[in-house]
Amino acid sequence: MAEAGGEFATTAAAARERGARQTRPEGRLSPLVQLTLCRTREFLREPEAVFWVFIFPMLLACALGIAFRNTAPDKARVAIETSESAAGSQRQGNTLGADETARALNQSSSVAAEVMTSEKAAQALRTGRVDLVVRQSAGGFEYRFDPTRPESRMARLTADDSIQRAMGRTDSVAIKDERVTEPGARYIDFLIPGLIGMNLMGSGMWGLGFAVVQARNRKLLKRLAATPMRRSHYLLSFMFSRLLFLVFEVVAVVVFAWLVFGVAVRGSVINLAIIALIGAMAFAGLGLLVASRPKTIEGVSGLMNLVMLPMWLLSGTFFSSARFPAFLQPLIRALPLTALNDSLRAVINEGAPLSVSATALIILIAWSGVSFMVALRLFRWQ
Amino acid sequence: MRPGMIQAIEESNDLNSTSNIAALRCSKLTKRYNDVTAVDGIDLEVRNGECFGLLGPNGAGKTTTVEILEGLTPADGGLVEILGQSWGAGNDHMLRQRLGVQLQETQLADKLTVEETVRLFRSFYTRGHSVDEVIGLVELEEKRSARVGKLSGGQKQRLAVACALVSDPDILFLDEPTTGLDPQARLKLWGIVEHFGKSGGTTLLTTHYMEEATRLCDRVAIMDHGKVIALGTPAELIESLEADQIVELTTRGELESSTFERLAGVRAVRKKESVLSLTVSDIGAALPALLGEITRQKAELVSLTTHQATLEDVFVSMTGRMLRDG
Repeated sequence: MAEAGGEFATTAAAARERGARQTRPEGRLSPLVQLTLCRTREFLREPEAVFWVFIFPMLLACALGIAFRNTAPDKARVAIETSESAAGSQRQGNTLGADETARALNQSSSVAAEVMTSEKAAQALRTGRVDLVVRQSAGGFEYRFDPTRPESRMARLTADDSIQRAMGRTDSVAIKDERVTEPGARYIDFLIPGLIGMNLMGSGMWGLGFAVVQARNRKLLKRLAATPMRRSHYLLSFMFSRLLFLVFEVVAVVVFAWLVFGVAVRGSVINLAIIALIGAMAFAGLGLLVASRPKTIEGVSGLMNLVMLPMWLLSGTFFSSARFPAFLQPLIRALPLTALNDSLRAVINEGAPLSVSATALIILIAWSGVSFMVALRLFRWQ
Repeated sequence: MRPGMIQAIEESNDLNSTSNIAALRCSKLTKRYNDVTAVDGIDLEVRNGECFGLLGPNGAGKTTTVEILEGLTPADGGLVEILGQSWGAGNDHMLRQRLGVQLQETQLADKLTVEETVRLFRSFYTRGHSVDEVIGLVELEEKRSARVGKLSGGQKQRLAVACALVSDPDILFLDEPTTGLDPQARLKLWGIVEHFGKSGGTTLLTTHYMEEATRLCDRVAIMDHGKVIALGTPAELIESLEADQIVELTTRGELESSTFERLAGVRAVRKKESVLSLTVSDIGAALPALLGEITRQKAELVSLTTHQATLEDVFVSMTGRMLRDG
């Protein structure tokens, strides 16, 4: 080769010389670090993604926090039917006239009573404008209400109490009310851990799912498969870049909720971090699994919604999952978002130690382990 | 001698016959997709240091062949030997360290910059060029901080080649590297491939531009319907036409083309729309005769061009379309 004539010999020598320098690996370039860096950059350079992960949960917390803010409890709305038989307002034996009843009821600060015709009263009850209809009857009163509506049951109790007092009932023991509104028991306190959980699920699944499927769609996965890159590095880089964002995601919502709504983390912040980490890994695994086969964004979107929608509904993000019937409970408990939400609530609202959430955390770890393993097997590079 | 070849050379125990060592070899390669046989028993040998071209129309099986050789697609049958090794024999990782691959359809991440992309690819290889060197090789210095999404088609393609070159590979695979590029971008890419060849690298290139194959390739295999229908240096293939010149002419008035086949020095005739195209072995004898024939047919010559036979003409003759069109 070397004796092959002038020009070639020079270039071969140049190549050899270059070869000697090449053997020095560029040490700072760890593929896992580079892959994670690139993932992170790609995410940060996608303004929409940043909005959905960081801004959207805050807007949601704001909207829900305002909608369900703790105000003085609403008054029980009561309709009193005008009596047709007797001449209106006069006391008749063991009962009160309509106006008199209304006056008696309105003396209570927690009732708003109004006199109306029976027709109007029936309509008001049907459309939910009043919670209870009071009608005089022979020798007493008649209450009409829908027992499946909690506010109707409340109205019945409150109105009955006022009427009984007006009719002369006396309390048998003295009662003193002490009113407390404690942070930790409000709706917003319930909501914030749920939002953090939902956000961890959403950003984990969308973040991974979209990026992987897009890379497959653009034949970038195939190109990477042609390099000596370790395939586990690629998948791990997604896990790691999730960790970076996780910190910001959780901190953003926690700080926001604390500043705006006074929602405090009662438990240890380290425990909160551990729970968030385990939760994020579960959804990163699930995201990889969902993204392991689809070739198009449309395909993966459908799968994502299929996986996430049941959890939005069942896993107690916006309302307690205890509302679902008992036979569904084992299934609901096994969902990763339920496990995450419950653990987050335990540490944020109750200040409970990790041991309380041990089962839930094991469920999460199992989800992340199993889905990552299955994803590795199913994963299509082209 | 390139560093990656040392092992292969030592294995051969014959330091003097380096040029005989095949960088890449396959035999009886087949690949079927459902009912379609994409690759139908291909035998190829790419020599160390040569630039080998796979030439053929779309759907000829070029990409499938290359992807089998790259270890991305498993073959249904046949043997593949890359740098003396086979895929799936436990050495895939080491083998990939020594190959540079550019795929036809890959779109690199739009949101990353040129430098970030090259750095990422560099990190997969234990040895190779520095990031700066490879950006210099493909002349993207000015674009190093530009996002991939903002690059022109030619710049994107050069970046794709940079990612293939970053390990300073022993074998460079390029699948239609210049398809869709303007002539200037194409020239620039050719320069990069030639530079790689001069430094001793082996290139396997697919293309449907005959001009590209002629310029870059030491040898070409012409593929059609999953088979190699011709193999040789561009010069050999052109010679196999036994034609010096291709004459193309148009006339006012219809010509009866069959009579031209009988003229002295004319080897084949085909007519496409109004253009009569003749493959001519002896232009000196043929030209006066065909002018005479035009006059005899009382047609009026509008234009006449002649050119040296090219691979394009070889392809037309090999795929049989000349006969059908004629």
